[in-house]
Amino acid sequence: MSREDYEIVIGLEVHAELSTKTKIFCSCPTEFGAEPNTHTCPVCMAMPGALPVLNEKVVEYAVKAGLATDCTIAKESKNDRKNYFYPDLPKSYQISQFDKPLCAHGKVEIEEDGNVKTIGITRIHIEEDAGKLNHNEFGSGSLVDLNRAGVPLIEIVSEPDMRSSRDAENYLRKIKSILEYIEVSDCKMQEGSLRADVNVSVRKKGAREFGTRTEMKNMNSFRSIVRAIDYEADRQIDILEEGGKIDQETLRWDDVSGRTFSMRDKEDAQDYRYFPEPDLVAIRLSDEYIENIRKNLPELPESRKKRYLEEYKLTEKESKMLTSSKYMSNIFEEALKICGNAKAVANWLLSDVSRILNEKELEPDQIPFTAQDLAKMIILIEKGTISSAIGKKVLEELFENPKDPEKIIEEKGWIQISDEGAIKEVVMKILDNNPQSIADFKAGKDRALGFLVGQAMKETKGKANPKMLNEMFLEELNK
Amino acid sequence: MQVSREEILHIAKLSNLNLKEEEIDTYLLHLQDILNFANIVSKAPVEGLDETIGANDNYNVFRKDEVKVFEDNEALLQNAPEKERNMFKIPKVIQ
Amino acid sequence: MDPHKNLNILCEEGKQMDITKLTVHELQEKLKAKELTITEITKAYADNIEKYEKDVQAFITPLGNEAVKKAEEIQEKVENGEINTPLAGIPIGIKDNICTKGVRTTCASKMLENFISPYNATVVEKLEEQNLINLGKLNMDEFAMGASTEYSYFQKTRNPWNLNTVPGGSSGGSAAAVASNMVPWALGSDTGGSIRQPASFCGIVGLKPTYGLVSRYGLVAFASSLDQIGPITKDVEDAAILLNIITGHDERDTTSVNKEKVDYTKALKNDVKGLKIGIPKQYFGEGINPEVKEKLEEAIEKYKELGATVEECSLDIADYALATYYIIACAEASSNLGRFDGIRYGYRTENFSNLKDIYRNSRSEGFGSEVKRRIILGTYVLSSGYYDAYYKKAQQVRTLVKREFDKAFDKYDVLLTPTSPSVAFEIGTRSNNPLEMYLADICTVSVNIAGLPGISVPCGVDSKGMPIGMQLIGNRFSEETLINAAYTYEQEVKFREKYSPEFKKF
Repeated sequence: MSREDYEIVIGLEVHAELSTKTKIFCSCPTEFGAEPNTHTCPVCMAMPGALPVLNEKVVEYAVKAGLATDCTIAKESKNDRKNYFYPDLPKSYQISQFDKPLCAHGKVEIEEDGNVKTIGITRIHIEEDAGKLNHNEFGSGSLVDLNRAGVPLIEIVSEPDMRSSRDAENYLRKIKSILEYIEVSDCKMQEGSLRADVNVSVRKKGAREFGTRTEMKNMNSFRSIVRAIDYEADRQIDILEEGGKIDQETLRWDDVSGRTFSMRDKEDAQDYRYFPEPDLVAIRLSDEYIENIRKNLPELPESRKKRYLEEYKLTEKESKMLTSSKYMSNIFEEALKICGNAKAVANWLLSDVSRILNEKELEPDQIPFTAQDLAKMIILIEKGTISSAIGKKVLEELFENPKDPEKIIEEKGWIQISDEGAIKEVVMKILDNNPQSIADFKAGKDRALGFLVGQAMKETKGKANPKMLNEMFLEELNK
Repeated sequence: MQVSREEILHIAKLSNLNLKEEEIDTYLLHLQDILNFANIVSKAPVEGLDETIGANDNYNVFRKDEVKVFEDNEALLQNAPEKERNMFKIPKVIQ
Repeated sequence: MDPHKNLNILCEEGKQMDITKLTVHELQEKLKAKELTITEITKAYADNIEKYEKDVQAFITPLGNEAVKKAEEIQEKVENGEINTPLAGIPIGIKDNICTKGVRTTCASKMLENFISPYNATVVEKLEEQNLINLGKLNMDEFAMGASTEYSYFQKTRNPWNLNTVPGGSSGGSAAAVASNMVPWALGSDTGGSIRQPASFCGIVGLKPTYGLVSRYGLVAFASSLDQIGPITKDVEDAAILLNIITGHDERDTTSVNKEKVDYTKALKNDVKGLKIGIPKQYFGEGINPEVKEKLEEAIEKYKELGATVEECSLDIADYALATYYIIACAEASSNLGRFDGIRYGYRTENFSNLKDIYRNSRSEGFGSEVKRRIILGTYVLSSGYYDAYYKKAQQVRTLVKREFDKAFDKYDVLLTPTSPSVAFEIGTRSNNPLEMYLADICTVSVNIAGLPGISVPCGVDSKGMPIGMQLIGNRFSEETLINAAYTYEQEVKFREKYSPEFKKF
């Protein structure tokens, strides 16, 4: 049998850190990057006698996420303890939700080459993040930092509805984009505030039963997720093809070697002993509460896309690409507000900005310059202060060393030459050096004009006003 | 329900407790005794009754999302058996 | 006029003995009348600790010297008007599972032998707001698991009525210290009877408040849905006064109820005419010591004389409640005690080479046998395959217990039962049979299961002179009714005037 005879089945458990100011069960700040153990208190350090109190924003944000993914919101919900020992889990239990999650039975749509596919959302529940283990590079041992312990998370569990690594990527991008739009998580994958546990199994096409699945935990880049799924599916198919059996286990993806490794001792079969958290009380959400959140839900990508098509007359593809990331879309709208040229802003974002992001393997939320910078650059081009060619260079510079584009062109000396005398000087020089082109032009070869303009641009390092160059060459050649 | 030796060892492992060879039988005996007594709950007339979670009817007790810094950071670490650079030190854990 | 002149006369030998026999409300009156000073009071208690502690062993961390210093400070502040809280300078003992910043909180465990809490429990803050003085941290069963205080890592506390017997538990140190006049009053905690039963064994008053009335923030959790802090005092009036101090909504405990504050001293009315008392017959059956039964029957007669309506009733839940109690309490405990892992605080084994060793050896060496037994039981009932049969069933029985009590309180204002089936037993006679020890909690645990208030008041002594306790159970938040009923009985019987412990062995 060959690979084509198999179907890959993928389910994702996405963990998103909520962008609340404080932790889920105590008033410690959630900011990233503080000195070790300085964002801690008796509660998140699990001091004896300390008690948790649920942050109201966590419930609100989880309900928002549920509504944005078409979930049913539970009227009655509760917290449960998940018991296991690990040094990053100070209470030796994680407060999570077991049988009564806040949200369930949702769905999102993903699109690939115009084909729309629905991915079911099993549930969304709230829980607390664990601390961090730092490995002591110089000494022996590991060091426990509990700043992150108790940062609120939602876990979004999908149905096993994905059939390729591409599906998984599209799904995760969609979830990321929704969470960004509704402003419940900043989804910074590089900081670990969005990560996914990936469940993969394979089965013969047409089979009804799912195969045995393996789980890869804590994946935090699109690229690794795609690679890991492809690798793991291949590995499983190889085993089955050789007549072997898949072990249900937790794996670790190693990005360097491009392989998965078994993570836990099999003898340590986990039994989390979930039970209702007696230190917290029931959560009861009224219809009014839920409807109020629904009413105030920010505009979602679908409706923004529609607006771009109608209001700004962008193409289907442009609208979709711009709205796939809230950050991109926000830059578009802000820049548009300043410069008023939708088409130009869209073009810059979708061509050059996107190309540079790709090259640098960055996500739109990592764009270092502001929408105002982009708008200013576009205005400079429109005014003729710089050419589009210089614009591209300004953009590169904005990525490297973001500051006011006017300052950039001034410092770099990139201001367009629009002085008639200066242009004429260049034109005469190029004409003198290229008698053959003059002859070609006179013989009716229009291409020669383009060549001459190009030479003049080269001479001025792209700073000459191209429109003026064109006119002056024509004038001279037609003399 | 009859508790086996393997079960009590599994339970000890889940609770991160060592049982010395001579303790196993004692714990087994006590556990069995207590469970035999506790089995009475299976005879209680609870058909159709909800489970009581927590001892009172409080619900929706939330906290505002406002930062309050715990001032005495030093006191939080003063009891640590071993620490380094304001972190708790443990033997190397390979993740 | 030289105020010290008078005080010096009062400070004579002999007079001090009298001071420590007084109740807090009596001390307060004498302070008000300037017949006593704050420093004198604390000194008298510190002296008594010197005198009796070697026999009674009630303290894990006595703070006599520190308390006297504190008393001097408070005295000065009261004199120059900086402090004017009515109970300023009254000392108190605190059970050692209630967190106190700056003084170790051990839970009577090797695990926390040197643990210093980084914060004060809410109740401790409340004591400090009233300028009460911490006279010491009191012994208990390790992590409050036990009914005799024999499971303390540090020492076995003795019952001052007979030094060969236990003071009860788990708040045995608190009860013994109050009974032997080493503290005027104390805080205890009650998960299944741990305030009421030792109060009964030591011939004093113990009140377990309605779940949620007193904040649990800073009480080292044994069983979160059952634990409650409460007063252990010489009389009902003191219990009402201390309850006034420690109650109140706390934002740090979500199970704390948000109710208007009540002045419980207003319930100190000597009148029970028309009070409807139910006597659940299941609590008077076999297994109850006949002498205990006899005294309880006398108490029932007394209530009738005083004009209460008394009626036998049925509350057929005792056995279910007891089994349910052990399932729920141990399940919660097995999880609550997971945090003692040798990483951030507490005992760490010296014998380790990897993380697993730290976990297993620290916990095995740091916890005593009863704690381990309960962790194992709790882990078992929560583990996969047994959850439904034990834990889930127990949660349903809990609903049943609540309902049965609801029905009873439709008819009666209070229920009257023994606090314990027996009087204080000899040290070492029960600790080898855990089940037997558990069965002795039969009268008290259902109150915690249903989250109700209960009070134990002394109702006589047996033929050997050992005190017997009567338990009154009320509906949720009916502490005023309980205080009224207990106070009226106490005023009539005058137990304290007739009996007192003599620190003998027999």
